[in-house]
Amino acid sequence: MQRIGVFICWCGSNIAATVDVKRVAEAIKAEPGVVYSADYQYMCSENGQQLLKNAIKEHNLTGVVIGSCSPRMHEATFRRAAAEAGLNPYMLEVANIREQCSWIHKDMDEATEKALILIRTAIAKVRLNTPLQEGESPVTKRALVIGGGIAGIQAALDIAEAGFEVDIVEKNATIGGRMAQLDKTFPTLDCSACILTPKMVDCAQSDKIDILSYSEVEEVKGFVGNFKVKIRKKARYVDEKKCTGCKVCMEKCPSKKGLNEFNMNLNNRTAIYIPFAQAIPNVAVIDPEQCIKLKTGKCGICQKFCGAGAINYEMKDEFVDREYGAIVVATGFRPINIDAFNEYGYSDNADVITSLELERLMNAAGPTNGVLLRPSDKTHPKVITFIQCVGSRDVSGCGKPYCSKVCCMYTAKHAMLIREKYPDTEVHVFYIDVRTPGKNYDEFYRRAVEQYGVDYIKGMVGKVYNENGKLMVQGSNLIDNEQVIIPSDLVVLATAIEPEPSVRKIATLLTASIDTNNFMNESHPKLRPVESPTAGVYLAGMCQGPKDIPETVSQASACAAKVIGLLVKDKLKTNPCVAHCNEMMCNGCSQCANVCAYGAITYVDKEFRIGGGKTEVRRVASVNPAVCQGCGACTVTCPSGAMDLSGFSSKQIMSEVEAICKR
Amino acid sequence: MQEIKEFVPNIVAFCCNWCSYAGADLAGSGRLSYPANVKIIRVPCSCRVNPMFILKAFQRGADGVILCGCHPGDCHYVTGNYYTRRRMAMLFDFLNYMGIEKERTRVEWVSAAEGARFSQVMNDFVKKITELGENRRITDLRVKEK
Repeated sequence: MQRIGVFICWCGSNIAATVDVKRVAEAIKAEPGVVYSADYQYMCSENGQQLLKNAIKEHNLTGVVIGSCSPRMHEATFRRAAAEAGLNPYMLEVANIREQCSWIHKDMDEATEKALILIRTAIAKVRLNTPLQEGESPVTKRALVIGGGIAGIQAALDIAEAGFEVDIVEKNATIGGRMAQLDKTFPTLDCSACILTPKMVDCAQSDKIDILSYSEVEEVKGFVGNFKVKIRKKARYVDEKKCTGCKVCMEKCPSKKGLNEFNMNLNNRTAIYIPFAQAIPNVAVIDPEQCIKLKTGKCGICQKFCGAGAINYEMKDEFVDREYGAIVVATGFRPINIDAFNEYGYSDNADVITSLELERLMNAAGPTNGVLLRPSDKTHPKVITFIQCVGSRDVSGCGKPYCSKVCCMYTAKHAMLIREKYPDTEVHVFYIDVRTPGKNYDEFYRRAVEQYGVDYIKGMVGKVYNENGKLMVQGSNLIDNEQVIIPSDLVVLATAIEPEPSVRKIATLLTASIDTNNFMNESHPKLRPVESPTAGVYLAGMCQGPKDIPETVSQASACAAKVIGLLVKDKLKTNPCVAHCNEMMCNGCSQCANVCAYGAITYVDKEFRIGGGKTEVRRVASVNPAVCQGCGACTVTCPSGAMDLSGFSSKQIMSEVEAICKR
Repeated sequence: MQEIKEFVPNIVAFCCNWCSYAGADLAGSGRLSYPANVKIIRVPCSCRVNPMFILKAFQRGADGVILCGCHPGDCHYVTGNYYTRRRMAMLFDFLNYMGIEKERTRVEWVSAAEGARFSQVMNDFVKKITELGENRRITDLRVKEK
């Protein structure tokens, strides 16, 4: 038989002024199972908690109901006190008679009556409570960072700084990501490579960081603290340990037709190549699509000239199995494909380029060695028109509905850099809105307009067409309410960005969710912005949403702090209010696993006795308590009623409903 | 002659722990009143509410049942409230077919910041149910007042 104690808090006059606490405490004594009932001025105070503890011990209470403020406020306080008195903390329930009763009702009788019902409801629930134990699971003290851009680099460096081992898995041959392709960065105009490459070198030199370049995550198993990951090391046909990065192979390679992805396909590279001068690791890679030896079996020149003997045409993909406690997703972004935007004539005119292409054209290490020459005839453009929001804030279905966030700022940067370097160049910018929130950002944009004389035109561009070698940009000027046509030499499109498409695969592997735009979902948009809803998976950089470098770095560091906070623990305490499966009722239909947002449900074959000394093997659901977050979606989906949620069991909620409806 | 009592509906509200329950608390801190016949049951997520709970409430004499959850897209458990939305659309149609008017059941999205909205939703719901009067369908006669 349960022995339930009920404690009614006055909360000074907050509750006592509208709820007759004495009457409630008296009336509740008659409830079956209630052996003790008291009222006290402040239950949350030291003395109040002592009253609770003493009563638990004296009356041997097996269940406690506290009528007080919201459980969101003091449930944890009371449960801790109960635990100190030797009662399982999950045998205590709080009836909310302040926020949801005394504060909103004025009539004493009405409020007292409601308080009684709320407490009876809590008693009905506590009668069915079962003692719950917080589980424990060990933590592997190693982190995985997926993506070696600035987000991944920063997260890895911060985690390594705290003394934990980190692996960076990068699908390209070098880390550095998109930031390595940029020329200058706003709002300070410092050179991107100059601030990024030292961080890349730090990664390579850190004894805590292992860079797995040219590798991809193939399989993820396990859960927070215990991820088991299979990584595919793609064959680069060059031995990483032997290659010295001397580049002799690049000089000798006869296949020179490969498009240079690093330079946005604006020039060519050899089949064996190092993506860029400061690549980390500084090791060559062979493009099997271009390599004559790999395609026809005849060539082998690089092998002949390689002094280190690093070339190995027989190399195969390798698989590495590693274990991690936490995973950071930092897969980054790419500019969207704008072939569908016929109005800008990107596919038809070589001189209509994207902003990232312009970055490479302006970069000293780029295809033109930093001299701004237009792609078609290698001449200096005299009139340059920028078009903003190409594919961003586009609800037509062609582009993306969101704002890409960085385009306004980088267009101001480009305009400024061009006017600085070539003062005789005319620069026009078509914009819908200029969005410059951020420290020193609006000042930066105003400098472009006021100091550098960039012509900003509010309006959208309808058409870009070629007329006698000039690119005619036809658009509207909304301020002057007129149509304008600007004959230009170069047109630069501020293309929308989208998450790197590999994020879909990563999200599936991690059972983390992505939104309709393929951005990774955070656990809470405001309060848990760097955690994915899957425990132990964290998000940094553009994979979570459009953001600039400062924001990406802050998010990466925030991620690192979260990861460190996880990895310093030896054991993880798990929330005991999780789903569990009644195996006798489960028929293994998989519906619960389908609705589980966390991938907490797996299936196991178990042997059951079926009478007569016989057994049968059935497939039943098994909930991993370390992964389950306790939402209860599975409990309702389960057609056989095998799934239930500890702490919020169907019986408990049913009894609450009954208690409320009792007249 | 029997005295005619004013009809006071009995309403069960299921609130998710993260948004709506917090919204109800906020309504309390703001002293934004709503009728005392709304009683809240805390559930971790609106998707924890089994249609059986709602049937049970009506069977035991509830006059209206309201489910509150986080706004679509804001669910603490990512997709929980989407399940709620679909399940309840079906259940409410079914209940309507059985004679429990659609107005007696409702799903509302109330965030943790919308105390005023919580109180307004509850006032509105109670008003609707009061107009509709007592629910007699599927109610177990034994639980009704003598």
